[in-house]
Amino acid sequence: MTLRMQKFKTLSSVAAPIMRVNIDTDAIIPSREMKGVTKDGLSVGMFANLRYTDVDARVENPDFILNKIPFRDAEILLSGDNFGCGSSREHAVWALKEWGMRCVIAPSFGTIFYGNCVRNGILPVALQEAVVKAFAESAETGAETAVFVVDLPSQTVTGPDGDTHGFDIAPADKEMLVQGLDPIGLTLKRDDEIIAFREKDKAERPWVYL
Amino acid sequence: MGRTLVQKLWDAHTVADLGDNATLLYTDRVFLHERTGSVSLKGLEAAGRKVRNPEQVFCTMDHIVDTLPGRGDDTIMPSGKDFITTTRDAANEAGITLFDIGDDRQGIVHVVSAEQGITLPGLTQVCPDSHTCTLGALGALAWGIGSTEGEHALATKTLAVNKPKSMRVSFDGQLGYGVTAKDMILHLIGAYTAAGGAGHAIEFTGSAIRSLPQENRFTVCNMAVEFAAFTGLIPPDDTTIDYIHGRPYAPTGRNWDAAVDYWRTLQADGDAAYDRNISIDCADIVPTVTWGTSPGHTVQIDGVVPDPSDAPDANTQTSWARALEYMDLKPGTPLEGVPIDGAFIGSCTNSRISDLREVVKVVKGRRVAVGVKAIVVPGSSQVKLAAEAEGIDKALVEAGFEWRESGCSMCFYAGGESFGDQERVISSTNRNFENRQGPRTRTHLASPTSVAASALAGKISDVRKLRQGASYDT
Repeated sequence: MTLRMQKFKTLSSVAAPIMRVNIDTDAIIPSREMKGVTKDGLSVGMFANLRYTDVDARVENPDFILNKIPFRDAEILLSGDNFGCGSSREHAVWALKEWGMRCVIAPSFGTIFYGNCVRNGILPVALQEAVVKAFAESAETGAETAVFVVDLPSQTVTGPDGDTHGFDIAPADKEMLVQGLDPIGLTLKRDDEIIAFREKDKAERPWVYL
Repeated sequence: MGRTLVQKLWDAHTVADLGDNATLLYTDRVFLHERTGSVSLKGLEAAGRKVRNPEQVFCTMDHIVDTLPGRGDDTIMPSGKDFITTTRDAANEAGITLFDIGDDRQGIVHVVSAEQGITLPGLTQVCPDSHTCTLGALGALAWGIGSTEGEHALATKTLAVNKPKSMRVSFDGQLGYGVTAKDMILHLIGAYTAAGGAGHAIEFTGSAIRSLPQENRFTVCNMAVEFAAFTGLIPPDDTTIDYIHGRPYAPTGRNWDAAVDYWRTLQADGDAAYDRNISIDCADIVPTVTWGTSPGHTVQIDGVVPDPSDAPDANTQTSWARALEYMDLKPGTPLEGVPIDGAFIGSCTNSRISDLREVVKVVKGRRVAVGVKAIVVPGSSQVKLAAEAEGIDKALVEAGFEWRESGCSMCFYAGGESFGDQERVISSTNRNFENRQGPRTRTHLASPTSVAASALAGKISDVRKLRQGASYDT
């Protein structure tokens, strides 16, 4: 059985800058917003502590970027170093995805968050801090006219001023996003190798096996 | 060229080289808990897939479950029960071992995995929880993953992983009086920032690491993720082997002998080269506490809140200024003496029996300051039983602490319990993020003994000063 996720090829969108360093997954989706054993319904709690002035009553903070037009519809998020650090909660990515975010651009990412993005059709793009900062400035000043183009096959992001920046991504991660592949299905193609490893290992390290 | 310890473990678990620095790694153990593991199990079921080798998969209730006495499946958060019952049903259906509520093996995942002898040196272990790196203290390659990767590990026994860079952090010299493993790791993160270990697997070495008892080694590795590292490990030695011997799931007989022979080889080669090396002289470490909202925002207990205008760069300056506002602190304020509303001792960082023994030495015969909500949550039901057998619970309750059932509890919102709006809490946990322990709660991270000393004084305190004329003696 092969499950497919949404493919990622190119994306044109305005970008919402939240230019702080170390935005952790608790900030993206607070614990108290993770109310069910589900990947759905999380976007209403996304950035809850920043987005609402009264979290319980869901009173929006008009100053928060994602509450403003045109950033409300942004499919690209710009942020600072170490974005998505902290808790492994994949709910952070599920919330972003449900909200409609398709790409996050930051100088660096929390490792687990990065992996969670790739497995859910969200493209994490690491660019130099100076570039992200310049992007953030054009995004804010240009508002709805500041359209960014993310091209995964060519591994580039083009800012509203036409400046293009290349980014790195592991080939397997790229493949997964571009093809929308199911990683479990991919791995199970190597089932013979996994079984062979296990048999050999069981003989060498019997104490591992319960 | 010799191999690092991580390289040896990597090689021993390589099912296939996937090219481009990626490897398909065999995972010896998978551990789950009710918050993220439940989603993994449900996702797997929805995809019509089965758990492979369920005998090597374990699950516990720790994240959502209440820690209040007399607990059951209900939690303060109305939907908490769904996590618990879904996890129970899915675990039973999958045939994996569950340490359920009421089972005396229940507790915080990274505490019980070691305590039960499930994690062993040389193993690979994953869990959809970022603090899985705690278990690296046994010389295992253990790292946190997401729920989808959890499904992958459950369905295939493997994970495709990009190989991290290598880093060696050497702690040498002697720890001073009142200085703990928690202070060591806070000192490291403070000196090199919360992103300092990004992309690296860390091997902690040096004479001070070798001198640490096993339980304190967990504290060091626990916060490797707060340093943004892939994971952290400590090479196994006699301390490790003695710790594991006789634990319920540890090997026995001939298997034990074979395992020990193998574990003795789990050291980096003398000529192994690391991508990065850090050396720390333990003489430079004093009791350390965080002042801000990142684990990197640390200060020595006798220091002052920093001034953003002294920040090394613009980002740090902005981050410090925001943290000061959130924490309601002014630059130049001495940390010692800042009044607190709460004191929390618990979490996968610091909730083991040795932590509680040290806490009791501080609080015995003393009283928690009026107005301070002071709570101790043992890391596991085993820790709770051991503490009660020693009278630790009694000493804590007499001193004015609440004594709880085991679980993650107020390290975060968990099953609905939190500290109050804008309350200031000193905590033996690992994250001082905004709103982590409650809405607008202000968290100061510190060692369990620093938390205990602060609870007694009603303000952030230097545990070393309790020595004068006090019953605190190490």
